[in-house]
Amino acid sequence: MLRRIAVVGASLAGWHAATTLRREGFDGELTVIGAEAEPPYDRPPLSKAFLATGDENKVALAGVADRESLGITWRLGRRATGLRLAERTVGLDDGSEVAFDGLVLAGGADVRTLPSLPVGDGVHALRTLADARALRADLDRRPGPVLVVGAGFIGAEVAATCREAGRDVVLVEAAAVPLERAVGAEIGAVCGALHRDHGVDLRLGTAVVGRDASGAVALGDGTTVDAAVVVVGVGVSPATGWLEGSGLTIDDGVVCDGTGLAAPGVVAAGDIARWPNALFFGDSMRVEHWDNAIDMGAFVARRLLAGDDWDPAEVFAPVPWFWSDQYDRKLQMAGRATGADQMQIAGGTLEERRFVALYGRAGRLVAAFGMNRPRHIVQSRGLIARSCPWDEARELAAAWT
Amino acid sequence: MGWRVVVDMDLCESNAVCMAVLPEVFEVRDDDLLYVLDETPPDSMRAKAEEAVARCPKQAIAIVEA
Repeated sequence: MLRRIAVVGASLAGWHAATTLRREGFDGELTVIGAEAEPPYDRPPLSKAFLATGDENKVALAGVADRESLGITWRLGRRATGLRLAERTVGLDDGSEVAFDGLVLAGGADVRTLPSLPVGDGVHALRTLADARALRADLDRRPGPVLVVGAGFIGAEVAATCREAGRDVVLVEAAAVPLERAVGAEIGAVCGALHRDHGVDLRLGTAVVGRDASGAVALGDGTTVDAAVVVVGVGVSPATGWLEGSGLTIDDGVVCDGTGLAAPGVVAAGDIARWPNALFFGDSMRVEHWDNAIDMGAFVARRLLAGDDWDPAEVFAPVPWFWSDQYDRKLQMAGRATGADQMQIAGGTLEERRFVALYGRAGRLVAAFGMNRPRHIVQSRGLIARSCPWDEARELAAAWT
Repeated sequence: MGWRVVVDMDLCESNAVCMAVLPEVFEVRDDDLLYVLDETPPDSMRAKAEEAVARCPKQAIAIVEA
C-alpha cells in the first residue's frame, strides 16, 4: 500500500499522472516537483498561437486552475538533483529531500543548443514558457529577418509563425532533407517545400559556423545571414542527468519495461521514458509527443498504484500521434515510419499539399503522415492499432479522395 | 440530469482526436470540418465524451449539464 508518491515533473505527463492518481483513489501524500516556476501549462502553443499573440490564455491547461483542490504539495521552481533508490528519497536543489514509496519520473527533456550559437543577445532556444516570453519580447524589440536553425517540427512552426507575422525568415537545416528520419526523404522534401511556397529562404545541407561580434551568422555554404533574431530548434534531450548512478538504467531516457515500470515502485512517462512498444515489433521507443505525455502519464499512474497486482499482459502499446500546424496546413502523423519498407500516397497529391502517406513494414501498416487530411489520419490510426495488413490498408486508402 | 456536448467551432482545428475517441458523436468529414452527430449522447457514452474533452488539443469541447 503506497502512502507517499512523488511526481518529478510538473508538465503534461506529470500533471496527468498526478490527477489520475487522485481519480483512481490514491489519498496519501502526493508531491509534484517542477523545475519551472509555472504550474502545468500547455507547450504546443509556444511555437504557434502564443508566439503569434502573446496571449497566455493560449497555454492554459484544463483543470490546472483548480489544482489546489487536489491535495498536492507543489514544489515548483525546484530541480530534482539526485535519486536515492534504496532510501526512497529525491533530493532537490534547495538541499531538501522528498521521501516516497512510489515515484513517477515525468521530468521531460531539456532543449539542446549549439556551441556555435550560444543563447543570449538575440539568440533563443524554445522549450519553456519563459523561453517563449523572451523570444516574443525580442521579436517585438528587434525588427528584421529571423534566422531559424533546424527544420524539425519546432523550427518549422517558428519559421511559419514568423513568416505569417510578415518577417523575412531564413530556415537552415544541416541535413539534406528535413524530417527524413521521421517521414522519409520524399515526404520530408514536401515539408521543406511548404516553407519555400510561403517565401521562406530554406537552406538545406547547411550548418552554422558561428556568429561574429556584429551578430551576423556565418553558414557552412559560405554565406552570412544578418538576422535580428535567431532561434535554435535542434531538438531536446531527456532530462536524466540527475539520475545517473541512481541504479536506474539510463539510455537516451529512463529505460522501462512494457508497462512503464523502471524499478519496483518507480514508473516513468512522457518525453523521458523509453519502453518497448509491443505494437511496433517491440521496438524500444521514446516519444516526445503531447498525446503520449497524457496517455502514458495516466497509464503509469494506474500501473504504480496496482503494484504486484498488475496484469503483466497489460502493456503500454499505443499508436503514437502528433500534429503540427504550419501556415494553412495541418501536418499529422500516426504510428512510426522507422524501418518502413513500403510507402504509398493516398487521398490527394504531394503537389496539392493535401495527401496521406502510408508506411508499411513487414507487411503491415505502421504509420501514416497526413497534410490537411485529419479524417484519414484518424482512420489510419485505427488501422495501425489493429496491425492492418499492408495490402488491405492500400486498398482501403484507394477510396480516399 | 441531462448533458450536452458543445464544441467551440472558433477553437476547433479538426485534429479529429475526438472522432478517434467517440466516433458515434464526433465526425470529421472530407471537408475537414467537425460535425457533432449527437449533441445529447446517452449516459453510456459519458466517460468517452469526457475523454474526448480531455484529449482535444485545442480544448474546444465541453460537456454542459442541462
